[in-house]
Amino acid sequence: MNPADVESWVESAKKAFAAATDLDSLKTARLAHLGDKAPISLASRSLGSLPPEEKASAGKVIGEAKTAITASLQKVTDKLEAQRDAKVLLEEIVDITLPVKRAHRGGLHPISIIKNEISDFFIEQGYAVEEGPELESGWLNFDALNIPPDHPARTMQDTFYIEPVESGMVLRTQTSPVQIRSMLEHEPPIYMICPGRTFRADELDATHSPVFHQVEGLVVDKGITMAHLKGTLDNFAQAMFGPDVTTRLRPSFFPFTEPSAEVDIYFNGRWIEWGGCGMVNPKVLATCGINTDIYSGFAFGMGLERTLMVRHNITDMHDIVEGDLRFTRQFGVGL
Amino acid sequence: MRAPLSWLKEFVEIPNTITATEISDSLIRVGFEVEEIIKEGEGLSGPLKFAKVLSIEEITEFKKPIRYVGLDCAEKETRYVICGATNFKVGDIIVAALPGAVLPGDFQIAARETYGKVSNGMICSARELGIGEDHSGIMVFSEGDVQIGSDAISALEISDVIFDIAVNPDRGYALSIRGIAREIAGSLGLNFKDPVDALRGLQFPHTGKGVSAKIADKETASVFYLRTLSDFDPAARVPIWMRRRIEKMGMRSISLVVDITNYVMLELGQPLHAFDKSKIAGGLIIKRAGKSQKFITLDGQERNLDPDDLMVCDDKQPLALAGTMGGQFSEITDSTTEIALEAVRFDPVCVAKNSRRHKLSSEASRRLERSVDPSLAEFASARFVQLLTANSSAKHVATVVDGEPKFAPVITLDPTYIPKLLGFEISWEEISRNLGIIGCDVNDKTFEIDPPSWRSDLLTPSDLAEEVARMIGYAKIPSILPPRPNHASLTPTQKRRRAIANMLASRGLAEVQTFPFTNQETIDQMGFIGDRASTYRIANPMSEENPLMRVHLVPGLIEVAARNISRGAKDFAIFEMGSIFRSSQKLIPAISPELKKRPDAKTIQSIYDSVPPQAYHVAGLLVGKSENEDWQGKAHGYTWQDAIAYAQEILDLCNLSYSIKRSDFAPWHPGRCAELIVDGKAVAHAGEVHPRILAKYGLPERSAAFAVGLSALPHSNLVRPFRVGTMPAAVQDVALIVDSSVSAQDLEAALRSGAGELLESITLFDRYDKIGDGKISLAFTMTFRATDRTLTGTEVSEMRNAAVAAAEKATGAVLRTG
Repeated sequence: MNPADVESWVESAKKAFAAATDLDSLKTARLAHLGDKAPISLASRSLGSLPPEEKASAGKVIGEAKTAITASLQKVTDKLEAQRDAKVLLEEIVDITLPVKRAHRGGLHPISIIKNEISDFFIEQGYAVEEGPELESGWLNFDALNIPPDHPARTMQDTFYIEPVESGMVLRTQTSPVQIRSMLEHEPPIYMICPGRTFRADELDATHSPVFHQVEGLVVDKGITMAHLKGTLDNFAQAMFGPDVTTRLRPSFFPFTEPSAEVDIYFNGRWIEWGGCGMVNPKVLATCGINTDIYSGFAFGMGLERTLMVRHNITDMHDIVEGDLRFTRQFGVGL
Repeated sequence: MRAPLSWLKEFVEIPNTITATEISDSLIRVGFEVEEIIKEGEGLSGPLKFAKVLSIEEITEFKKPIRYVGLDCAEKETRYVICGATNFKVGDIIVAALPGAVLPGDFQIAARETYGKVSNGMICSARELGIGEDHSGIMVFSEGDVQIGSDAISALEISDVIFDIAVNPDRGYALSIRGIAREIAGSLGLNFKDPVDALRGLQFPHTGKGVSAKIADKETASVFYLRTLSDFDPAARVPIWMRRRIEKMGMRSISLVVDITNYVMLELGQPLHAFDKSKIAGGLIIKRAGKSQKFITLDGQERNLDPDDLMVCDDKQPLALAGTMGGQFSEITDSTTEIALEAVRFDPVCVAKNSRRHKLSSEASRRLERSVDPSLAEFASARFVQLLTANSSAKHVATVVDGEPKFAPVITLDPTYIPKLLGFEISWEEISRNLGIIGCDVNDKTFEIDPPSWRSDLLTPSDLAEEVARMIGYAKIPSILPPRPNHASLTPTQKRRRAIANMLASRGLAEVQTFPFTNQETIDQMGFIGDRASTYRIANPMSEENPLMRVHLVPGLIEVAARNISRGAKDFAIFEMGSIFRSSQKLIPAISPELKKRPDAKTIQSIYDSVPPQAYHVAGLLVGKSENEDWQGKAHGYTWQDAIAYAQEILDLCNLSYSIKRSDFAPWHPGRCAELIVDGKAVAHAGEVHPRILAKYGLPERSAAFAVGLSALPHSNLVRPFRVGTMPAAVQDVALIVDSSVSAQDLEAALRSGAGELLESITLFDRYDKIGDGKISLAFTMTFRATDRTLTGTEVSEMRNAAVAAAEKATGAVLRTG
């Protein structure tokens, strides 16, 4: 066996592969140069008939040549396959702007979104998020909050009463009974918020709804001051309305706080009433069995609808309560 | 509460350099919301003169009556003007705008030709002058009220600033010019002249016997001043300045006696009531009505008195609804010559109840139910006598008093309390000074604070803290975050709810929040019965349309769906989370323990127990197609399967295992409703909504719904996962023939029980129902795996055969061959 011949087989195989223009012509070339009848194959088969002293060196030469041919084939095969794929995939191009099959767009109600947002904000500061029943005892909703039986808020115009009226059961007019429950159930320190649904007998119009939501907050601890209330509200307002918002406390009246204040925010160029707040009235603390010589507290409350309307410039309450999907879907899941 | 600047200036020295906005800001700072600053007379300039009507020529050839009026303006010649109003006669005095005058709205007056005449000016109505809404006619005065030819702008004090102020319910004293003036003085650091000072010690001679006055029960009223006057000439005129002030306060001038009662009330805050003395039989007594009876109030309304109503009565009958409104029988008329003037410090709660029972909120009741300065019964009634005797022929006859004023007790204030509560340093001097500004007597040695007579709301140190804070200014309070507690997180229940809502929202369901109200008709239409249909009724619902509390979430979703469909939506999915209110327990009479101390544990528990449980649910409604129909053709429509899938996914999300059975359950299709059971308790239902309901509300056929009772779900246990096997799995298929009544779930359970512990999973892959004879074929793929070895063919066959045998035994299944 002449190594030069073997060399020429390798060269001609490489040439033939390189000359192939597609996978079919490559197959022909492969059969010719690596097939059963290819010179290299014949030579490989004839190795057995060689004298033993030649066998080793001839085998090595042929083996190396086969490897070289196979490698060359692989290289060309890869190249031609890539070419073929590119051509085929090009033919499979689609208009990816066509509407695709999708489920409907869902979303959370914006009130849920803002409720979650507020809950997360206060949880991060160590407050618990507490809840209570919507159909509530009048004692928890009014009396315990220092709203005496003849307070205007207890008249039939504002409160929904449940039959029989003697039961004193009401649809809670505020989330404050959750504060009372919290103080009756836990020893201070108490740091909590209570977002939830509330009810007042107001006709539904652009800015009022008989069913609405509040979030209230309560802190009872040693040495709690009105300065702490102010700090908390400033922080909360910035979380809701952005870092540029300014707050203002205005003296006001609530039976359950003393001193009491309205919280205004300066937002989009004007003062807007946001909610109410104050230092928990010692009478309320005493009713809940909290020692007012040791503890003091503050409380605040805001309407979620109002917060949402101010922040998102929603001009009509109907959009919030009617459940029209075109409104709700705009909010997604609030991320 | 309105407050004209011109009146305020009588009691507080406001320099002219202070603007209306600064005054408004000063009120806001101390807790009085200024709702509006009304600038009367803005844009008005003269000449505006009083003129006497000399002649009226009626011009009739036009569509409306027109008058050609000759006026005496104290000029050389009679001035003639055209006027469209007809509410005046010859001899009346009117206000005439002469050429050159400008009325509000840049309305320039000039001599002009109209209706064929030359009009040399204009006769004005209150509205044209910008001092009232009354456009019905022109302003008419009588000779003697005003001077002909004089300047009407100054005589009528037209140019003024009126503050419209919201007064909080604890500050009854500020429903008076006196109260507002004091607040402005305090806020701006100006001098305040208390009008009451001039009334102290005012004595009137007794010339005869007055009407007697008595309070039956001193709990209902503390002090009763009754002043009797005689020789009143009913023709007496209301001075123009008084009339104008009453008008600026938004009230109408009626007669001298009535106007003075109103004037004094507005000035000082004490409501007064004047009786025609000739109608009083015997003396006056304040007592309860005692029995139900008819009573006609001043407004002409006949009212049914409640036995508890507090009344001012004579010896025969009730004459006035105490503190609320007088009676028609004894009212002042144009023939009244003798007057009994009542000034009482009524108990605020009694007046509030009177007012509420009769749905009658008057200027008097608004003040009295907010508590009136007890010393004012004396001074306000004296002011009435002063004003009436000065402006008419009336004479004081006698004053009778019963009871005495009761004042708020003295408060001892710990000097460190206020700084500690407000959170910044305040010296005692500053506390003392600010309490002095609001009228307290402060003892700087004993720290005893005696609140002023008009501040019955100041009872505790915290009340004083608010006063000091607002006088110093809330803006001075620093902003500091409180100490941070260690840790908080949502509760497992809250996390679960949030996860479910997020899952549904990201699967294409939009959340809605409906009002939790319903009605009997809806409950019946939905097919709810028994416990599921009983609920609580609202005593005073918004409308009789929805007087009941909801018993289920699906009806609300159906209504929202119908609304969306009516607005053009076709295919969508919605969900709601919230409480339902089935009346699982009877309500008991209210438990109202004493306040200001903690009720005992048993009482607290009984209050808690009196509140019925309100189950928290999530429900969804799937309407029409689950995706949009578009260029790709038909879309998949929602079916019962989708609803069941959502219910399952909610339970999966909570990591709970459950079984399913078919259920005939409202409001679902009786044959297409699944009940999902956790720990033996039905916790969820899902399937196709009853076709009758879908038709009734115009929802597409086959719309489906699910509802899961979240409060009924147990907490999920801590997960203890099994070791994941890496040995190869052996897969076996079996097809079984069963009666069509056998459920896939039961057959699967039987196979599972027979297959043994090495069964990893089992999945239904074929259902064939064309066999006939009421039989169907169900085919399952069973996957077996051992954790420690590769299973042999024999082992797998044995397990498969055991599974089939168990299925045969449990359901009568027969292995399908060929």
